Amino acid sequence: MTSASDVMTFDHAAAMGLSRDEWNLINSRLGRVPNQCELGIFSAMWSEHCSYKSSKKWLKTLPVDGPQVIEGPGENAGAIDIGDGLAAIFKIESHNHPSFIEPYQGAATGVGGILRDVFTMGARPVALLNALRFGEAGHEKTRHLVGGVVGGIGGYGNCIGIPTVGGEVNFHKSYNGNILVNAMAVGLANSDRIFRSAATGPGNPIIYVGAKTGRDGIHGATMASAEFSDETESKRPTVQVGDPFTGKLLMEACLELMASDSVLSIQDMGAAGLTSSSVEMASKGGLGMEINLDLVPSREEAMSAYELMLSESQERMLMVLKPDATETARAIFDKWDLDFMPIGKVTETGRLVLLKDGGIACDIPIAPLVEDAPEYDRPHDAAPERAVLRSDTLSNDRPISAVLREMLGHVDLASRRWIYEQYDSQVMADTVAGPGGDAAIIRVHGTQRGLAMTTDCTPRYVEADPKTGGMQAVAESYRNVCAVGAKPLAITNNLNFGNPEKPDIMTQMVQSVIGMGDAARHLDTPVVSGNVSLYNETDGKAIQPCPVIGMVGVLDNLDKAVGNRFVAAGETILVVGQNDTQSDGWLGASLYASHYGSDTIYAPPPVDLAAERRHGEFIRDQIDNGTISAAHDISDGGLAVGLAEMAMRGGLGASIHCPDGGDRHGWAFGEDQARYIVTTTDAASLKAAAASAAVEIVEIGTVMRDEQLKFGDADTISISALVDAFEGCIPDLMA
Amino acid sequence: MTVSAMRVAIIVFPGSNCDRDMMVAIEQLTARRPALVWHKESTLDAVDLVIIPGGFSFGDYLRCGALAGRSSIMNAVLDHAARGGAVLGICNGFQVLTETGMVPGVLMRNAGLKFACRDVDLTFGETMNSPFTSGFEAGQIITIPIAHNEGNYFATNDELQQLEDNGQIALRYCEGKSFGASNPNGSAKDVAGVLSSNGRVLGMMPHPERAMSTLHGNQDGAHFLKKSLEALVS
Repeated sequence: MTSASDVMTFDHAAAMGLSRDEWNLINSRLGRVPNQCELGIFSAMWSEHCSYKSSKKWLKTLPVDGPQVIEGPGENAGAIDIGDGLAAIFKIESHNHPSFIEPYQGAATGVGGILRDVFTMGARPVALLNALRFGEAGHEKTRHLVGGVVGGIGGYGNCIGIPTVGGEVNFHKSYNGNILVNAMAVGLANSDRIFRSAATGPGNPIIYVGAKTGRDGIHGATMASAEFSDETESKRPTVQVGDPFTGKLLMEACLELMASDSVLSIQDMGAAGLTSSSVEMASKGGLGMEINLDLVPSREEAMSAYELMLSESQERMLMVLKPDATETARAIFDKWDLDFMPIGKVTETGRLVLLKDGGIACDIPIAPLVEDAPEYDRPHDAAPERAVLRSDTLSNDRPISAVLREMLGHVDLASRRWIYEQYDSQVMADTVAGPGGDAAIIRVHGTQRGLAMTTDCTPRYVEADPKTGGMQAVAESYRNVCAVGAKPLAITNNLNFGNPEKPDIMTQMVQSVIGMGDAARHLDTPVVSGNVSLYNETDGKAIQPCPVIGMVGVLDNLDKAVGNRFVAAGETILVVGQNDTQSDGWLGASLYASHYGSDTIYAPPPVDLAAERRHGEFIRDQIDNGTISAAHDISDGGLAVGLAEMAMRGGLGASIHCPDGGDRHGWAFGEDQARYIVTTTDAASLKAAAASAAVEIVEIGTVMRDEQLKFGDADTISISALVDAFEGCIPDLMA
Repeated sequence: MTVSAMRVAIIVFPGSNCDRDMMVAIEQLTARRPALVWHKESTLDAVDLVIIPGGFSFGDYLRCGALAGRSSIMNAVLDHAARGGAVLGICNGFQVLTETGMVPGVLMRNAGLKFACRDVDLTFGETMNSPFTSGFEAGQIITIPIAHNEGNYFATNDELQQLEDNGQIALRYCEGKSFGASNPNGSAKDVAGVLSSNGRVLGMMPHPERAMSTLHGNQDGAHFLKKSLEALVS
């Protein structure tokens, strides 16, 4: 089974990203030298991308249980109970490296891949979100990358017909050579009709469905597990090409097949294609698989066993069917004009046996591929100590309105309308709140219930203090979900970091996972799925660490949801989570400091998880009883930016009382956590309720019909001037 | 006949993705679920209205609507229209209608070269007698979302003049409360919807099925569809 040209050496293994120890381990497990196909399978399964070898130790510390959890990490996606016998199934996943090399296809296939993860579980996808990071606005590649990524996300989501309802986009020079493209999908299924991937029943047929296999994306998982260099451009052929039309047909066919009670187990072919799908199905079932590669539908001539196993061609699935269901299933796939091919069978051997051209191309035990995958406890340090920035050392006497206008017109805060209008945010006709809100809301089809969802991370906090930054990402998601009136239920995470072999990078990951875990425990939002993307470095320089949180919550009655715009003149504006003595805010690691301060990194605002929970529950209660008419979480840019956003969205002004003393810029632009801006017609009731809930609250002004934002008596700016700055920035950048 | 007794068929192509949305919208107005008709069918039961929904039929490969326009069900739809039957094409459905020649003109890539999903304001034209416009005064404005990449309506100046003279321009993009340029895609003469020469077929880019309730924040779509259905049964 080994031809002369097929004799593998350590050099071959190293070229596939394996270490000397890993090469030796493979040889000892097999009791012989692997052939090319076998080595390729080991290298893919043991890649950082598939094995989580650097992160596994720390991921195990995250809370994954709760009464709402139906399926935690380990399946294609996580599943939670949202009531009425329904489950929300969701996951976030990165497609960073492919998107930098070929932005349109990289982003498009990122969306396609995460959608397959969700419908593989038997859920109809109902919403897409994303978290994107690009280099600085002036960098020569940024415009091209933004245009391509946004086009690709829209190109796939719009065509397959799943609304892109939310997300976040930010810009920083550390992403100049390594952008981040994280896509999240959310689906709905009946709780008792969730499909899993463990193969069952020796002798049962293994079916390949979907698109044909080509030579695209070969060894993509390994590429995603290496740093970038100037030679990255030469890797363009390893980027997969997406076909959302085939994706749509595959989704409809799979959901139709799942409704017919024919499927025993199913797994999508994502990273490492046929390799990871077959190995994971067999491994989870404690069984083996025999596959005849000559039967795999291919669109190119003379593909080798290695190429067929490592291709990452898109829109493909592997499934185990009930023995008598093959013809039912074939008829469904014929209707949708998709390939349907029995390519092998489940065995009891515990081995992966691949047949090709009348011979055996691969015969290896499954267990070592998964169980013996390396797990590293990589060295890491204590987090760096950061000084606290005294806000009065930075701020000055410029009018708040002038600074506000400047900040709203900067790419960090400017309107993302140019981006999100390229996404169909309304297809499926269940979108209640699309892009621009604190959390997006979609109706659970045919009911009065809603799902609220958001993605968040503040990388400059994580860089300054990874543990606090990890907590803050969860806390901000929590606030965004609470601010629309929904109860947060669970999270998915996407850990984007540099090279974990460097102790300072490993420190960022370890500390932020610890912070994330603390927050998830305190806020009762367990982690049900996630993804890790490491080696986000170019020429040795790491990205700003970006552990993204995607959170899902539930609203029992959509009629009670509120938005983040001023709704009526005369309503009182209050800040929840702040008192009237507070006149200086936290400017360390704030956006204000990044615009007007030095390069010194100061401590980010502390996160008080007990306060986050108390304030979040208060906000939800007061939305539920109808006292609060609009709510907005205070985050990037602080109170003044939050007020401006509510004014611009509502087309109404506000008169705000500023503190008499203290530091006005700290008050306006400080980023202290656990705060919300709310409006109400009944400030007295709201204050009384806050007092009895031990929640700080302060009245700061009134919504005005006059379309101006007034900070005290002498500092006024028109809403239209703010809108011009806010809406003009990104169109100008992309023009 | 009442609206609740109306028989509506929605054509489904591979890649259609607003078929369910339109089915739900029509069911909300008629209390009767429309038939979903697969593209491989070659006959159509007698119906009062055929709707060609939005989406990406056949992946928009070759040209938007081109492959769908040549699928077997379209012969039956053409027969239905030739008998004076009513047809409404939304977005990709409008593109299918132009490909079959059931409505005049072509739809090119948006002038901004980008997909556009947002609210637009629309005004009704001075039209011939048509069930799709008879419930509205010329100049009346409604707000309905669009979501398309190829909605840039084109016809020659002579053709446009003729459409105007015949009263076939049903809907135009206009100034209103929505954010952004009033004409979102560069359409000639701001055309957003156009009628066949007998007024019984309407192709339009905006999606009324996405503006059906308070949860959508907009009920103008429901209003538009309801008026059309009422006109068809009267």
